This record gives sequence, structure tokens and C-alpha cells, in this order.
Amino acid sequence: MVMFGIDLVLLIPALMISATPVLLAAIGEAVVEKSGVLNLGVEGMMITGAVIGFIIAVNTQIPIYGFICAAFAGALLSVIFAILTQYMMSNQVATGLGLTMVGLGLSALIGKPYEGIKSPTLTKLEIPILSDIPILGPMIFSHDAIVYFSIFIIASVAFIIKKTRIGLILRAVGENQDAAHALGYKVIRIRFIAIMFGGATAGIGGAYISLARVPQWTEGMTAGAGWIALALVVFASWKPWRVLVGAYLFGGITVLQLNLQAIGVAIPVEILSMSPYLVTIVVLVGISLFGHQTAPGSLARPFHASQ
Amino acid sequence: MIRLEKRRGISKLWTTLTPVLAVFLTMLFGGLMFGLLLGDLSSAFGAIKLIFWDPLFDENFASYARPQLLVKAGPIILIAIGLSIGFKAGIWNIGAEGQYILGAIFGASVALSLFPRESIFIFPTMILAGAFGGFIWALIPAVLKVYFKTNEILVSLMLVYVAENILASVSQGLLRNPDGMGFPGSRNLKDYPSAHNSEIITNSGMHWGVLTAFLSVILAYFLFLKHQKGYEIKITGEAPKAAYFAGINPSKTIIFCMGMSGLLAGMAGLFEVAGPAGQITISFNSGYGFTAIIVAFLGRLNPLGILMAGLLMALTYIGGEIAQLMLGLPGASIQLLQGMLLFFLLATDIFTNYSFKTRGS
Repeated sequence: MVMFGIDLVLLIPALMISATPVLLAAIGEAVVEKSGVLNLGVEGMMITGAVIGFIIAVNTQIPIYGFICAAFAGALLSVIFAILTQYMMSNQVATGLGLTMVGLGLSALIGKPYEGIKSPTLTKLEIPILSDIPILGPMIFSHDAIVYFSIFIIASVAFIIKKTRIGLILRAVGENQDAAHALGYKVIRIRFIAIMFGGATAGIGGAYISLARVPQWTEGMTAGAGWIALALVVFASWKPWRVLVGAYLFGGITVLQLNLQAIGVAIPVEILSMSPYLVTIVVLVGISLFGHQTAPGSLARPFHASQ
Repeated sequence: MIRLEKRRGISKLWTTLTPVLAVFLTMLFGGLMFGLLLGDLSSAFGAIKLIFWDPLFDENFASYARPQLLVKAGPIILIAIGLSIGFKAGIWNIGAEGQYILGAIFGASVALSLFPRESIFIFPTMILAGAFGGFIWALIPAVLKVYFKTNEILVSLMLVYVAENILASVSQGLLRNPDGMGFPGSRNLKDYPSAHNSEIITNSGMHWGVLTAFLSVILAYFLFLKHQKGYEIKITGEAPKAAYFAGINPSKTIIFCMGMSGLLAGMAGLFEVAGPAGQITISFNSGYGFTAIIVAFLGRLNPLGILMAGLLMALTYIGGEIAQLMLGLPGASIQLLQGMLLFFLLATDIFTNYSFKTRGS
């Protein structure tokens, strides 16, 4: 299956790998925003996850340990954000930006001795029978565990938000914090947990960059993936399955531009490299033109149960 | 039991006290971090002294460090003043780094296209071009916000990455030094007298950009104290609905705030590229656009506060360089220190907005 000199059997798996980090970060942020909190620190949590995951995986030679520790590291960093915004009522925009800066500084600091090392690679899980299907098998059914895990997370979040009581409470807190409080829900506590979930998935997403997509550690290697995840949440109108669609679309563009660079198309490299960011802007404009934005009602509003 | 009670207004006392408290906490925990990094807690005090005190008062460093303080503080203050205008209105331009880059490219292009002609009009034209470059780059998120309600935070940040790619492209292509034997980077503007942003007083660090930064502090002070526009911006930030009903056009406020912050960031970029940096290179930008965000908050969005916060932040840069040299502290630890400063400030903010009451009182 070759189109325009690009092999689709190679393109689709590359697309899924390229999309997985932003997918994980974006689904976490979607949950955080559903609870009425805007955490702009995704980039910082991702890069912290990337460096911690890398260090643990290199030292233990077991990538899965890296991912687990990256999840903890991301969640731990998000706790700072949660304490500041939920208990000390700090400005969410400023705190999120601060989290990004701290994450970038911290990761550069602790990652220094690990530059230039190669990480152990993830083994591919060949799903029995399905992976033997010609074309479709190698395309979709022979990936590493994290790719499947990310899809599983999307499905679970979609199910929990739509069908369960927990999801209903989460949405209530995000849509109208005062009403939720009046009904007796612990607004702060629920948001705290949501923020930590967002931190954990961002951490795993970051680790996927340093352990699978690249796989190496370099300073600032997330290169705006966290911000693109934030844009994806808006693109997806806070709906989990649309996060998946958006992430794969974005992954497709990234892989396509990398492929075009490799083939040596007569487009300057810089234009190709900036295309994912330009596309993100165009998509944001398109969404406000054609989609209906339904941001959670209490998004980014601080809550203090005083009255 | 202690409980929090929201104050009616913000506490004036705590507004000025919290930045000081935040700086103190940063020194304390920063020192602890440096002590751990160096593997010797007793060296913590020395490291903090090296960063916050020695650049100004130790005679070994002061002759180099004092002028550098102005060189570093100039662009940071200039950008932060611009950002504070928007932040006051609740408009979050966080892509100042991109506007800074575009300003530098626009301004330098003017100089490079006129090389080697000499005229006193060249430098002023470069300043205008730099301001224009930053202005239009900031106008993109502003116009998209006005017409399509897109989020200015995301758009302005995406444009930083686009700007970095443009910078990489022009420094290897369009603006590359034709006599540079194929190396990336433009001609050095320091060797072009009409375009060089030279020091006004020799060895003071005081170049035209620093002067502009000080002027911007004064202008911003009057904007918020005396001018109708400054009042409108404040109202928009504090009570958007009231502002709307009072007939303040939100679109105009967005364009004004974003445009002004872009304009100042663009000028900062031009002054840097024509002065201390000298030439357009792939990595001539050094993250001032992001540091300025911390400075704007640390200065409480108040022009005079920003002036002091900018000088303090410049001090951490220079002290950080010295600490890197003398103690072998990694450069990233300074970045972390700056982030910590913002966190402590945000944490202590609770005192300005809330008061602690014991139960029953």
C-alpha cells in the first residue's frame, strides 16, 4: 500500500506512536478541565515524566518501571499545582505556567548525566490471530503495551464520564461548583484527584516520548507537546473519543511532515517543522467557526466555600 | 480552629510584603537545593550569597556584573511591562518569546539590507521595524481571539515555535552573512556603526534598550494612574461584565493589550540583537519572553514592582552564571530557582486575598 511514495503500512503505526504522548496528556487534561480546573502545566509534567521514566528505565532496564515512576512523578508535580490552586486559591493560569517552568528546569537538571544514552526498548505485543491479518495486522495489532493502554484509558474515561455516578459528580463540580457544593460534594477533594490523574497521564505520555518515540533523553525534548495536548482538549470539545480522533489527526500530520522531510520534498525543512503548530492554530480557529464550544461552566474559577 | 475569610478588597500591606517573603523563601529553599546538589549543606549559604549578593558587592565580580545587570534587566523589564498591561485585563499573552524573535528579525533585516551605508536614521528605523515585527506577531492571536474567540494562550504559544523555526530558517538562509564562509548567523551588527545599539555611557551597561525599558516603566505608571485607557483595562480585568455595560469595547481592549505587549517585546528583541547579542543566530533568544512572565507577576503587575523584579531576576541570571563558574552548579538549577520564586509568590498570595480568623471571632 504505497501512496505518494509513502507506505501506509508504515505510516499508520508511526502515526499511532507519534500520537500516543499527546493522547495520554490530553485525556488527563480533559478530565482536569471537566472538573473545572485549567492546568497549563501539562508541558512541565510531561517533561518530568520523560526524564524520570528514562532514568528509571535505564537503571532497571525494565521500561514498564519507567512508565510507572513517570506516572508518579507527574502526579507528584501536579500535587504542587493542586495545593496552590485548590487550597491557596492561587491564579490557575500563573500556577500552571510556573509548573511548566519548574518542570523544564527540574528535568534539565536531573537529566544532564543521562544525555546520549539509549533507553531499553519496549517489546511489541503481537495480538494473537489479529496481528496475522495481512496489512491490517502490522498496521494496528502489533504495538507496544502503552499504545493499547492509551486507547484503554480513553475508553474508560469516556465510560466513566458518561455512564457512572463518579462521572456525573465530576461534571457537576466542573459545570457549577456552587451547586455541587450545595449538594454536599467535596469540590476541592474531587478536583484534587482529577488534577493528580491529569498529572499521572501526562507523566506517562512524557515517558513515552523518551522511551519509545525517540528513544533518548535530550533537554526540552517534549517541544510543545504539552501545549498541543491543551489545544487538543479544546479541539475535542472535552469529549474523550474526540481526543483520540484529534490526537491521531495530529500524529498523522507530524509523521507526514517527517516523511516529507525524509523524501526531500521541495519544501523548506523549517516550514515542515512548524506545520504541526500552524495546523493547531488553524484547527482552533476551525473549531470556533464550525463546532460549538462547550467549556465546563466553572473552568478556571477558584472555589472557596465561604458563603 | 483557623479558618480563611475572603477579604473585601486586597490587602495593601500584604501586596508589597508577599514578594519580599517569596524572595526570602526562595533563598531558603534554593540554598537547600544548592547544598544538596553540591553534596554539602554548609555551602548553601555561600551559593546564595554568590548569586544574590556577590554580583553587586564583591569587588572581584562587580566590575563585570553591575553593567551586566542592566543589560539583562533591560529586555526583561521591557517585555514584562508589556505583558502586565494584558495580564491586568485578563488577556494572557504568553508568546512574548516569539514576538521578541520576530522583532529582532524585522529590525535586523532593515540594518542588513542597508549595509554598509551609514546614516543616523538607520537605528531609529530599526527600532520602528522591530516594534512592528513584534506588534504584528502579537496581533495574530489578538485578531483570532476577537473574530473567532480562539484561546490567546494557546495561539500565542504555538506562534513561539513557529517563530523559532523562522529564526532557524533566516539565520541559515535569508539573513546569513554572505562573508561568513557558510556559517549560520547574520553579519555582526556590532561592526556596523549606524546599526549598533551601543552603550550610552561606556561600561555602564546602559544601552538604548535599557533606557527604553525605564521609559516604559514611567509610561505604564501614567497609563494606569492617569489615563482613561489604563482605567478601562483595569475594569475589564476585574469585572468584565461591568466593563461591557459601561461601554468599554472588549475587542479594542484585546487588540490594544496584545498589540502593546507585542510591540514592546519586539523592541526588546531588536535592542538585544543590535546590541549585546550582535547578530541573528539560531539560538540568540534566551528565554527572556518566558522569564518576563515571572517578572510581571513578581512585580504585582505594577510598573515600579516590575522594575525591581526585573533587576532581581537579572541578578539571578548573572549570579547563576557566576555560581556556574565558581561552584560548577548546573545552569538549569537557576531556571528551577526562578520557577520556585513564582511558586512561592503564588503560595503567599493567599495573605493578600484572604485573612486568617480563629473560629468564633
